[in-house]
Amino acid sequence: MTRLIATLLAVLALAGPALAVLPSEQLSNPKLEARARKIGAELRCLVCQNETIDESEAPLAGDLRVLLRQRLVAGDSDQQAIAYIVARYGHFVLLQPPFEPDTLILWLGPFLVLVLGGVGVAAMARRAQPEGPSPAPLTPDEEAALARRLEADRV
Amino acid sequence: MRRLIFLAPIVLFAIVVAGFALGLRRDPSLLPSTLIGKPLPSFSLPPVDPKAPGLTSADMTGGSPRLLNVFGSWCVSCRYEHPVLMALKSQGVAIEGLDWRDSRADATRFLAAEGNPYERIGDDEAGRTVIDLGVAAAPETFIVDRQGRVRYKQVGPITPEVWTSTLAPLMARLKSE
Repeated sequence: MTRLIATLLAVLALAGPALAVLPSEQLSNPKLEARARKIGAELRCLVCQNETIDESEAPLAGDLRVLLRQRLVAGDSDQQAIAYIVARYGHFVLLQPPFEPDTLILWLGPFLVLVLGGVGVAAMARRAQPEGPSPAPLTPDEEAALARRLEADRV
Repeated sequence: MRRLIFLAPIVLFAIVVAGFALGLRRDPSLLPSTLIGKPLPSFSLPPVDPKAPGLTSADMTGGSPRLLNVFGSWCVSCRYEHPVLMALKSQGVAIEGLDWRDSRADATRFLAAEGNPYERIGDDEAGRTVIDLGVAAAPETFIVDRQGRVRYKQVGPITPEVWTSTLAPLMARLKSE
């Protein structure tokens, strides 16, 4: 039984994500193929928009995988190959949006909200501090009255 | 004055609601084309029908403004769009076709059965030209001006409403340019 479980775990550990990259698309050069996989995981499939081109079964994703590999074989750097596809489909193909004027709100928005919240909390904390001098201490008569009340409550 | 600060969360909430109301109604499949205002990328495609001419990007410059319609016999929305294209052809609108990832036999059968609205058809069997055009899904239609520059991209089928409200006025403007 333990052996069975160990085998199953070993198989599970070996299982990677389900990729649609077909054997016929893959490059024989393992270094280039590894680069293509890395880039493919960053590019959005335009048909099934929340999948990467490596995960998507869509024919267009297959064409893009082949095109990407052709660019790499032709000697493009990773950046050049990505730029080639971005020039055609726009920044939307990048699953991680670039940091540029159009995306400033996207990247800096959370920090802006954090700063605004911090200012609000600081303002409230300052207001919560007691205003004016603290009240005068109790007179001996008041002390005695208080002690009596507390004594009466305890019974 | 100090009381007004309690309205801040409500105002903020209203802004967020307005943002979502606008943002969630947008169709995420409608992507802006990177080609607007730029010349059509150069391509040269063989014909579907061996006796007819193929389609090159040079065919798209000069003369009148024209439509470049990306279609495929496998594409359901293209069949839905097809009668509109036939009607436009009879009105004298110049339409060029780009047959995407199709077999010539299927495309020929489709056009024989439904009619051929295209002046020329380029056969993009490998789908490379379609990628150069930044097409995500058929049908997509580019409006190309006399100088061969892309002026508009219609994503999805041209319906009579889309034609009269958006495309026809643009075509009329380009004709007089």
